[in-house]
Amino acid sequence: MIFNELYGAYYNAVTKILRAAMEHPITEQQIRNIVREQAFSESILSIEPALLSRCWPLLRPDRTAALKQIPDRPITILEKRWLKAILLDPRMRLFECEISGLEEVEPLFLPEDIRVFDQYADGDPYQDESYIKHFRLVLDAVKKHIPLAIDVKNRDGVRTHMKVMPEYLEYSEKDDKFRLVTSGCHYGRVINLAKILEVKLLKLEEKIAEWEAKKESGKSENLYAAEQKNQSLVFELFDERDALERALLHFAHFEKEAERLDKRHYRIKLKYNKEDEAELVIRVLSFGPFLRVVEPEIFVELLRKKLMQQYVLDQNSDYFAENQ
Amino acid sequence: MSYSELIKNFERVRDYMREFYLCGFKSREEYDKKSARSYDDERRRIESWLGDYMGFRRTREGKNVFLSIDSRFSHHNPLYRAWKTKSFTDGDITLYFLIFDIFNCSEAVYSLSEIIEYLDRHIADFYIGKTFDPSTVRKKLKEYAKEGLICTVKQGKTLFYRRAETAKFSSASALNFFSEVAPCGVIGSFLLDQWDMGEECFAFKHHYITQALDFDILCSIFEAMGKRRVVMLSIAGRHTKKIAEQRAVPLRIFISVQNGRQYLLGYSPEQKRILSFRIDRILMVQERENFPKFDYLREELDRVQKNMWGVSTQRIAANPVNLANYADNKEKAKGEEGFFSDKKQKDMDYLERVEFTIDYCRGEEYIHHRLVREKRCGQVERISAHRSRFVAMVYDSSELIPWIRTFICRIVSFHFSNRALEERFLTDLQAMYRIYGIPEKMVEEK
Repeated sequence: MIFNELYGAYYNAVTKILRAAMEHPITEQQIRNIVREQAFSESILSIEPALLSRCWPLLRPDRTAALKQIPDRPITILEKRWLKAILLDPRMRLFECEISGLEEVEPLFLPEDIRVFDQYADGDPYQDESYIKHFRLVLDAVKKHIPLAIDVKNRDGVRTHMKVMPEYLEYSEKDDKFRLVTSGCHYGRVINLAKILEVKLLKLEEKIAEWEAKKESGKSENLYAAEQKNQSLVFELFDERDALERALLHFAHFEKEAERLDKRHYRIKLKYNKEDEAELVIRVLSFGPFLRVVEPEIFVELLRKKLMQQYVLDQNSDYFAENQ
Repeated sequence: MSYSELIKNFERVRDYMREFYLCGFKSREEYDKKSARSYDDERRRIESWLGDYMGFRRTREGKNVFLSIDSRFSHHNPLYRAWKTKSFTDGDITLYFLIFDIFNCSEAVYSLSEIIEYLDRHIADFYIGKTFDPSTVRKKLKEYAKEGLICTVKQGKTLFYRRAETAKFSSASALNFFSEVAPCGVIGSFLLDQWDMGEECFAFKHHYITQALDFDILCSIFEAMGKRRVVMLSIAGRHTKKIAEQRAVPLRIFISVQNGRQYLLGYSPEQKRILSFRIDRILMVQERENFPKFDYLREELDRVQKNMWGVSTQRIAANPVNLANYADNKEKAKGEEGFFSDKKQKDMDYLERVEFTIDYCRGEEYIHHRLVREKRCGQVERISAHRSRFVAMVYDSSELIPWIRTFICRIVSFHFSNRALEERFLTDLQAMYRIYGIPEKMVEEK
């Protein structure tokens, strides 16, 4: 099924090598570059000798491809069935796509075969024509790196205008929302796509001006990401009621390290974005008494503050008083 | 056998990858599934595929290996690389390129002997006197026909082969997006490789990439579900090495986007119950007989899932679905109250009530909206300008507890019909106060 050499990195690498060797002899360096890009760190030890020794008789002694045609295969039935399945996804409407050759194909799965049971209910409106229009224009700007003039409704419901350089679109499966991550705007760098009222591509001159401004500010995209990610959270976990497995899965998407302290105690360190701190606080709370944050103190204080507020509510509530 | 970075069986690395990625605190000695040599080989392979993400730590127990990936900064799931490591023979790769060199367009039609003639002519340029074994070539063509790469046409007694039509899908962005978010997304990644369409337009927040390790199992379940067939599942024990076998009619896949787990909700014909199975524990799926009453069960699942917060089916299972009571005639089975109307009444006895009320200040209306958007069932009622109540009837109220805890600092009351659970919620809250030094810290601050 899925685990098949047809989809393997070696077949892909050799396809690329042979394509490059169709017209002219390929050099060893070119082979190495392709293998490094397409396969794994030790693949060069197998692919290069197999091709050059003609163990795989696909390159002639002059290192041109021993084929008549540029190597290419049709897509498999599994690939077709998966494509047919994603065509039924409501988010597919966001993309302009020419499709053919799938008419007789059975989808691998149908929307009713799946239930995402913990996704938030206020996802983006994928059927809304104006949302689709905005999405397509923003995506085009991301690809071509063209600055955008965007009008959004801010938290207070006020229309705000901004000029931004689009970097990429971020999708959260939990929120079922797209956000545009931008640079070069002092209003903030993340814009919810559903909040866009109007969006326009800026002209080329403005594009250059934006670029210059960006260069002067000296803050590249990666720098920003690194700055944002430098927050570390350390917590200790007591493994009861499967807390360890639940926590490791729940926090799996963070860059993290786990260490065992003793048979049932673990220390977990993860890196997070400062902008996600409030969300992380409530995620930590959801684990109850099995997870204790030890660092940073500022995070501990945020937790403590919430618990203190709850404690006060408990003291003032007849219900809590009765049950304590 | 000498070491190779490619593997024959994915199951061998599936557990290692999960352990390295999710846990990363085990030492070499704890991986006792096979020999130490086997551990070293698998670790080396995974390092070869995912070296950029691999880390090592020395502890008293030895050297620990872990994979550390921030999925928010990866445009493509790095674990997909593991699905691209299937081993093959020299003959496999040679035949692959030569066969598709012959079938360069879908009009070209050849018999086996014509194909072999071409192949032998090709190989003669490299090795004098070497020829291809016709049975090997026939087997390979059959394999490709099964994958849908080649079509066969019989003319008289002779079987002819031609290249299958491919499909066109022009949106690279759609492929890049769905290869990360759709079930079995690695197939999209194969297409990106094949069509050279990789882009870096999308990043993914709250992205649980470990699901990828179970896509083969998921794919087999989808296949059986589409055919309305019973499957035999081989399931790894939770704390033991024992493998259990369970027959089930696959009804629906439940996916969590808050922890990445995937579950199969299936009907056990022997136990006459709907059960949930964690897909990461399923080792093998084998298709069995057709199950004509699939639609009844789907409707039953549609009904019960309205009162499911998560995937817990214990209390649903307490009330069996006895299909023998229902005729094959759909209308007759339906009755006045819909399918399983008698069962529906009885199910009410198994539901638990959960209710809690929260307060919030002016300017914190988003808290009310949080209740509305995050609830998976039940009702939210706005009692006053700064107070909202949530009420639900569910099969398993323990599944709501982590969510209710996210409202800590606002909860003014809560009531569970399951009193033991209510007691536990309170006890846990007291334990949390103790952990963070409350109320002592409050006194200090004053």
